Amino acid sequence: MQNRISLPALIVLAIIAIALPLIPYQLQVSTYVVQMFMQAVTYAIAVLGMVVVLGYTGQINLAQAAFFGLGAYGVALGTVSGGINFWISLALGVGAATVAGLALGLTTLRLGGHYLAMITISFQQIFDLILVNWVEVTHGPDGIAGIGRPSILGLELADDKAYLLLCTIVLYALVFAVWYLPSTRLGRAMRSVRENELAAEVVGVHTLRTKVIAFALSALLGAIGGALYAGGFAYISPDNFNFARSIEFLTATLLGGAQSPFGGVIGTVLIVQLPEWLKHLPESLRFIKDVYLAVYGLGVILIMVFLYEGIWGLIKNLRAKLVKTQVTTDVSGVRPLVLDVQGAGNGPLLRLENLQKHFGGLKAVDGIDIDVQRGTVHALIGPNGSGKTTSLNVVSGIYRPTGGKVVLDGEDVSMLKPHQRAGRGVGRTFQNIRLFASLSALENVMVGAQRDNNPIPKGDKALRDRAMSALQFVGMADRAHVIVRNLPYGHQRLVEIARVLAGHPKLLLLDEPAAGLNQTEKMEFVELLKRLRGHGLTIFLIDHDMGLVEKVSDRITVLNFGRKIAEGAPAEVLRNPDVIAAYLGTAGETNAAA
Amino acid sequence: MQFVTENLQILFTGLGLGSIYALVALGFVLIIRATNVVNFAQGDFAMLGGYAMVLFFTGLGWPYWIAFIGALLAMAVFGVLFNYGVYYPLRHRSFLPVLISTLGASIFLQNTVLYVAGPQPKPLDKLLNFDGITLGGVFLDSQYIVILVATVALVFFTFLFFEKTLLGKKLQATSQDKDMARLLGIPVALMIAITFIYSAVLGGIAGVLVGPILFVSIGMGSIIALKAFAATIIGGFGDVKGAIVGGLLLGVIESLAAQHISVPYKDAYAFLALFLFLLFRPQGIFGEKVSEKA
Repeated sequence: MQNRISLPALIVLAIIAIALPLIPYQLQVSTYVVQMFMQAVTYAIAVLGMVVVLGYTGQINLAQAAFFGLGAYGVALGTVSGGINFWISLALGVGAATVAGLALGLTTLRLGGHYLAMITISFQQIFDLILVNWVEVTHGPDGIAGIGRPSILGLELADDKAYLLLCTIVLYALVFAVWYLPSTRLGRAMRSVRENELAAEVVGVHTLRTKVIAFALSALLGAIGGALYAGGFAYISPDNFNFARSIEFLTATLLGGAQSPFGGVIGTVLIVQLPEWLKHLPESLRFIKDVYLAVYGLGVILIMVFLYEGIWGLIKNLRAKLVKTQVTTDVSGVRPLVLDVQGAGNGPLLRLENLQKHFGGLKAVDGIDIDVQRGTVHALIGPNGSGKTTSLNVVSGIYRPTGGKVVLDGEDVSMLKPHQRAGRGVGRTFQNIRLFASLSALENVMVGAQRDNNPIPKGDKALRDRAMSALQFVGMADRAHVIVRNLPYGHQRLVEIARVLAGHPKLLLLDEPAAGLNQTEKMEFVELLKRLRGHGLTIFLIDHDMGLVEKVSDRITVLNFGRKIAEGAPAEVLRNPDVIAAYLGTAGETNAAA
Repeated sequence: MQFVTENLQILFTGLGLGSIYALVALGFVLIIRATNVVNFAQGDFAMLGGYAMVLFFTGLGWPYWIAFIGALLAMAVFGVLFNYGVYYPLRHRSFLPVLISTLGASIFLQNTVLYVAGPQPKPLDKLLNFDGITLGGVFLDSQYIVILVATVALVFFTFLFFEKTLLGKKLQATSQDKDMARLLGIPVALMIAITFIYSAVLGGIAGVLVGPILFVSIGMGSIIALKAFAATIIGGFGDVKGAIVGGLLLGVIESLAAQHISVPYKDAYAFLALFLFLLFRPQGIFGEKVSEKA
């Protein structure tokens, strides 16, 4: 439901949007107020960048002021020192910031959040040092004055109000773009990374690329804000772009609500206004003005504890309480799911050759060979700690094998990343369900449908249709618009399976799919598996429920201590004395857990 | 010969500064291991320790050792407050809200102290009443000697505390597996509170030690913390040994580069070293390869 605005809300927004920029025109306001508007508008653009990277993608950026500064210094140096046209200077500054964002992102984003926080602070500090110390170019602490402004169609924007109007129009265009982003392919990928990075990677999202793009977009927006800021104030100095400013951007984002551009704008206006309001405090509270940064700090903690979704989140929740939106979906016209399997050759679809996975001295998987034949259901069973889940993790690419090969449809995929394997038709579910909790069921499944090489037509419509068909297949189409967090456990399992099916898997990996289901749900699940098999899908599954495994499998492989101890048809394997011994436990069994 | 003594001199200074980074980095690592979160206010623990010492010693005129103990007690109390005010309400959330919350705490602390104590950096007396000794042409400042000795003692103490006492074992159990520790009857929340206290006191000691050299100032914490954090990455994220080696290494790199390359960018070298490590050896000196758990 991310991107639907009701008509009344739209009207209110439109009125505010049109009325706000008119204030400086209608009322005889001082230059000071115009400047405050200018500040709010340009800051808000930088905060939109924070919305993309922090709100949508869940990655921290503590250097937004540095990117803001790159844009500003681009314009300042270009127009003052270089004597270049405003727009070309702007493009140079924004380009530099985007490249810096890409470079920072590429080096850091594969390492996780703490590193990113640290590296962005370091980048911010180095940027600050350079601004102050590289006097020949940056003019040092004195800053740069006499920054030019652009002209549009021969019209000089020398007048502050005219220039402000230009900035406002840019802001609106960018708010729209950032608002639209979540419902695009890229936006869904970003949000899936935020919600569950591992699951996103496994269902086919190129998570590193998504994060790097988000980070670069954030830098780009920051630089646009900074460039317009430089033009607006005609003078900049390093003080405008230090760490404290980055914290201001962060606070504005969190206060307004990181997950919405509207939240970001609200937060910015409040942050820009705050020092003003503090001036009007009664004498006894006047000291707060001197400690307003301390107030920010305290505010950040309080927002994290009490108002995690910010003011916009508060508004949204209030609205959700007042207006009961319909969450059942019309399912007429949903087409049946096509699951045709496009195998390249004959021979087994999945072949594990002497597969090994060691963790230090622990041989979790110690040289197993398994062939999974096309169109069959193949179960992998074994006592706890026998290496089942590890094997599945190696097949889906979460782990690289220590030795041996994973061959999919004749291709060695041992060294491929999870999303690359998903792009070749490997789909999987997780033992502890890993959905994108704050996305709707439909959006979850659309992320599954947008894997690379999914043989469906291009475009959002096709993704949506494919996702609806997959939801229909598991009987969840009428709940398509429910946020999955609010679904019962059994339904979440079904959505997770739909997410995989939407991606047209050649090979379906199920990690204890029946765990936590009640008896009725298990029966339904067995039916679902049989239907999938009927469609010719190849399924490789792990489960503990022997009754279920016996009912659905064509073939069973039994592991113990990371080695294969039996393989064959269900009836024969489950009567194998070694298997019974492994399960009931014999001497030495106590060491098996790990 | 002059080249050698000059560099030995720099090496000595670098090790002294590096010891401070190492102490703060040690505090970082203890909290990372206990809570999985980087505490961005770690440097401000040092800043607060420094100001507490200034207040008790210079302001109230207490004897040095009484003031020192007073400052450490104040830091212990502060550790409790920090734990319950900043970490505890968010303990069930992912790392990002907690990280942001500690960042908020850092800004809050710095600006509150700024308001109370003013922007002027405060001098602090050295522990020992002599300037230092000259050894083979190298001047050993007494405060640097104190810092080095204190760091060695604290690292040794920390090792004994965590490896040889029951409380230390419980703290380790908590950091390795909270659920299991809880099942075994270890009061996990209390263990985490103790970690914060220990870490706050360590930071406070670092602040008191470095105060006479760098002056006690509002910003001293954040710059030390950034370098200490760089040290934890260079040493190996979450690795105790790595934090100490990384801290010392950074101190030396920084001093050498400032001497031989350029002084105004002194603070940038640590970050440059960090970038190089992240590019070529992201797991750090002692760390294992960074990878995600399934």
